[in-house]
Amino acid sequence: MRTGRAQAELLLGPEAPRLRGTLCVTGHHLLLSPGPQDLWLLLLRNVDSIEKRVAGESGTITLRCKDLRVLQLDIEGVEATLDIARSIEALSSLESVITSFPFFYRPKGLRLGDAWHFHPPESYYKRVARETKAWRLSEVNENFSLCPSYPRAVIVPRAVDDKALALSARFRQGGRFPVLSYHHARSGTVLLRSSQPLTGPQKRRCAEDEELLRAVLAGARPGAQGFVVDTRSAQAAKQARMAGGGTEAKAAYPGWKRLHRPLERGRPLQESFVRLVEACGDLEQSTDHWLSRLEGCSWLAHVKEALSTACLTAQGMEREGACILVHGAEGTDSTLLVTSLAQLILDPLSRTMVGFQELVEREWIQAGHPFQLRCAHSAFSHARPKHEAPTFLLFLDCVWQLGRQFPLSLEFGEALLLALFEHAYASPFGTFLCNSEKERCLCEVRSQTHSLWSRLNQPKEQRKLRNPLYVLNPLALWPSVEPQSLQLWQGLFLRWTRPPEPPEVAWEKVWQIVTEKRKTDDSQPTASASEPQP
Amino acid sequence: MEHIRTTKVEQVKALDRFSTSNKSLTGTLYLTATHLLFIDSHQKETWILHHHIASVEKLALTTSGCPLVIQCKNFRIVHFIVPRERDCHDIYNSLLQLSKQAKYEDLYAFSYNPKQNDAERLQGWQLIDLAEEYERMGVPNSHWQLSDANREYKICETYPRELYVPQVASKPIIVGSSKFRSKGRFPVLSYYHQDKEAAICRCSQPLSGFSARCLEDEHLLQAISKANPVNRYMYVMDTRPKLNAMANRAAGKGYENEDNYSNIRFQFVGIENIHVMRSSLQKLLEVNGTKGLSVNDFYSGMESSGWLRHVKAVMDAAIFLAKAIMVENASVLVHCSDGWDRTSQVCSLGSLLLDSYYRTIKGFMVLIEKDWISFGHKFSERCGHLDGDPKEISPVFIQFLECVWHLTEQFPQAFEFNEAFLLQIHEHIHSCQFGNFLGNCQKEREELKLKEKTYSLWPFLLDDRKKYLNPLYSSKAQRFTVLEPSTVSFSFKFWRNMYHQFDRTLHPRQSVFNIIMNMNEQNKQLEKEIKDLESKIKQRKNKQTDGVPTKELLHSIHPESPSLKTSLCFKEQTLLPVNDALRTIEGSNSADNRYSDYAEAFSKSEPAVVSLEYGVARMTC
Repeated sequence: MRTGRAQAELLLGPEAPRLRGTLCVTGHHLLLSPGPQDLWLLLLRNVDSIEKRVAGESGTITLRCKDLRVLQLDIEGVEATLDIARSIEALSSLESVITSFPFFYRPKGLRLGDAWHFHPPESYYKRVARETKAWRLSEVNENFSLCPSYPRAVIVPRAVDDKALALSARFRQGGRFPVLSYHHARSGTVLLRSSQPLTGPQKRRCAEDEELLRAVLAGARPGAQGFVVDTRSAQAAKQARMAGGGTEAKAAYPGWKRLHRPLERGRPLQESFVRLVEACGDLEQSTDHWLSRLEGCSWLAHVKEALSTACLTAQGMEREGACILVHGAEGTDSTLLVTSLAQLILDPLSRTMVGFQELVEREWIQAGHPFQLRCAHSAFSHARPKHEAPTFLLFLDCVWQLGRQFPLSLEFGEALLLALFEHAYASPFGTFLCNSEKERCLCEVRSQTHSLWSRLNQPKEQRKLRNPLYVLNPLALWPSVEPQSLQLWQGLFLRWTRPPEPPEVAWEKVWQIVTEKRKTDDSQPTASASEPQP
Repeated sequence: MEHIRTTKVEQVKALDRFSTSNKSLTGTLYLTATHLLFIDSHQKETWILHHHIASVEKLALTTSGCPLVIQCKNFRIVHFIVPRERDCHDIYNSLLQLSKQAKYEDLYAFSYNPKQNDAERLQGWQLIDLAEEYERMGVPNSHWQLSDANREYKICETYPRELYVPQVASKPIIVGSSKFRSKGRFPVLSYYHQDKEAAICRCSQPLSGFSARCLEDEHLLQAISKANPVNRYMYVMDTRPKLNAMANRAAGKGYENEDNYSNIRFQFVGIENIHVMRSSLQKLLEVNGTKGLSVNDFYSGMESSGWLRHVKAVMDAAIFLAKAIMVENASVLVHCSDGWDRTSQVCSLGSLLLDSYYRTIKGFMVLIEKDWISFGHKFSERCGHLDGDPKEISPVFIQFLECVWHLTEQFPQAFEFNEAFLLQIHEHIHSCQFGNFLGNCQKEREELKLKEKTYSLWPFLLDDRKKYLNPLYSSKAQRFTVLEPSTVSFSFKFWRNMYHQFDRTLHPRQSVFNIIMNMNEQNKQLEKEIKDLESKIKQRKNKQTDGVPTKELLHSIHPESPSLKTSLCFKEQTLLPVNDALRTIEGSNSADNRYSDYAEAFSKSEPAVVSLEYGVARMTC
């Protein structure tokens, strides 16, 4: 490991002023100090790709970051340039979790282990179990033996015992047997998620798995129907049988019907992301070319599909009073996308600041979305993608679209979504580390790193993250999914290319108006309280 | 009324334009002298002004009745199903007649009566005074004078009577130049930049052919460049694509030869002509009207329509113009072919970038009045007010509005007005309800006696000022004096609120705008009341004789204390239903959206593919 030190000039963007100073590579950071007081810092983990060029006595390094920023470093000395480039390359691609920066990050004002129990999914499950009687908290996965990607606590039908769960888990890919994701109290229905059943070419069945789903319907409102929303096409689901997977056969699960809503995943989704970011980086292209690239990358088509599948799911619960089981293949990607969005549509609580954090914790982090694999590289990496896919980003984009269409109904603003995007890809906090709760336990993430949530819930961060116009909206949010209604998320994809000022200035003005109004509203009662009593 | 045979049809169905499951509302259709009115079963009224109707189409008879599709100039599209073919036919014929008038006198403006007396009406017409506007710009001055050459419309019929030209331009020069310019539209002042002492001038193309020259025209251009004491060079912007301009030379028209004019820099900026713009918008609307449009078809349709490319071209030209003045301190002469379409776009948009006054409500009215109405943009022909040549119709003015909208998106604090203001103006260029946009030039308007027979739109818009205010507007922000918009391709996007104005389901379900507007207004009112109270307290204090304890003072004042009164009225205010009503959730109904059509999937017994799967399974068993 070579660490370097050199004189360099940093270009943060096309319009930003240049910073000049001593450049230094440390174990986790790239530092540049333009003056005795100033320090510019980049987490090396944030570097997605690095490009070096030398000419004469100096060199240029272009860093493309996972948060889509592009930085340019002009460095004095050829040797220094090559050294620094090598160091950055080596240090930014370290795979080991326990030597990663979150394990060394000790910010002021935060205590280790403070907020890890801030959003435990158990509290939600306990509430549901209390409210419904048909569901119970099970500790069958206490040591992650049944399903390595599930958390310790899962919530299952009361009528099904742990032994049956174990058998059902053996019938599902990765052991992800059907568990409750959301209980919709108003209609008395539930949203479940799982992975695909391992029916295989022989069309195997599993009595316990069938029993589990039967118990779900029995526990819901009387006469409730069930729908399996398969996030693959019927064709793909059928093909999966050859590889041992498959989908629920109608005859085996009476009362359950199947709907196929194919969602893009894996490599095509990653490619869509890469192509969109590429198009967004081109400042010279014509409007025609831009439109054709926007079409070609299909990103907004994926947004539309994800949103409409979530709407369909939510509608099934609210309008049809049906129980819904969502799964694709592994049940760790598009499945979570659909279940989490459906909750956001239906549940006013999940649209609050705390509720949304809980939702991300429960439906993404605890539910076993493999963040480490999916977010290993962002859109700039030259490495051949293996497991990368921007599923979580797609979720954030869909939430942003909801926020655009219902600007008063989400308690958080765009800034929270941007923060989650950044931290999912590279973070000094432990929240998004590893691929599952099991891995996090092995690495002692909880006790050795800080939680992103405790940072985000500090009062000074909150002002940036909150939506000043929020009012509780008790209804379901049904967004329009027409192409004319969906927009490119400029705040994310064009964050570093557009001049950021005007929108932020306007946002500041909104804040100002709202706080002024609050002040005058608040001053009313105090004014009357100070009135002399007759 | 002779065109109306049926005035009322019951049991008419109105289809949802985007629903794939043919959802419909049943109601009654009424035909009046000026409007088509549909009242649905929820008593919701849809009024369609006859003048807004761009086309009426009767489709083939179906089992449920006779379909009638009406497309409006404000981009509303309604699809009725009339149960009896006879009724449908009657309405169809009436609408055909009523939407295409042959004479100006039959237009709505001549019968519209908002119950104002003559004095009020006249006052309304005097609201915008262009002489005052030129004075504001700082002309006449030592370099620019008011010319009376066109006082009787003798030199150019399509120009206004009052024109500003360089001080040294004598009448013979003007007359000579006008003979060398298409339609007699010689170079005149459009905007004068006081600080830079530079001018935006406008004219039509020169009749230069391949080699013709005109000394007077050359003199006039030189006079314009000399009127700028800082930079002797002046730009001549031909807003057409070079190819078009060259083709015009064969017809004895063309563009300025740099060799013949001293100190000019000639520049093409390549905005396409009215026919290209018309078909481009047509294509855009076709794509967006498609049922079940996919995201990819939407973007490829946007691309192939070229609409945003054209919008960008207009914006680019305006930016070029503004830069020439701001950076190089140079005067600019703008022309296209006749100098009333692209020239109006570029001159007005350029001035808007340069001068923050045009970004106020009143200033924007002045801008339209000056560069569009007075300089003879042919509103009646471009909007198809009368039954005429459809090839003359073109969305040139809409394109200007769209450019302004793009600027409001890029500079949310720079404009006093909001999007609703732009939409309302667009509504009225077609409505023929007010006299402002009737006719094609000032001479024609005078002949129609519009000021005596019709009303002006502007005072009505000013009365509703509150509706059109931008709550984020900050007039003081210094850096907004000159706008420098970004023209990177991503800055151009589809204007949904214009082209889908009436397609409720496509819009956000909650509006931030109204809420902020309300809050802002309340804040302002509170501030005002606080000031009032403070001054009252001061007055009281002054009146009080010495020696009265302050506490007693409070007591004695309190019963009729204004502060108590205002605090009560605050409480009422914050409880006002307006505020809450605005916050209620509009249209949050899953049935409004297309994914609801998938709901049929719920009721279907089983997807077809699955049963196939069973078939295969049985065979293998």
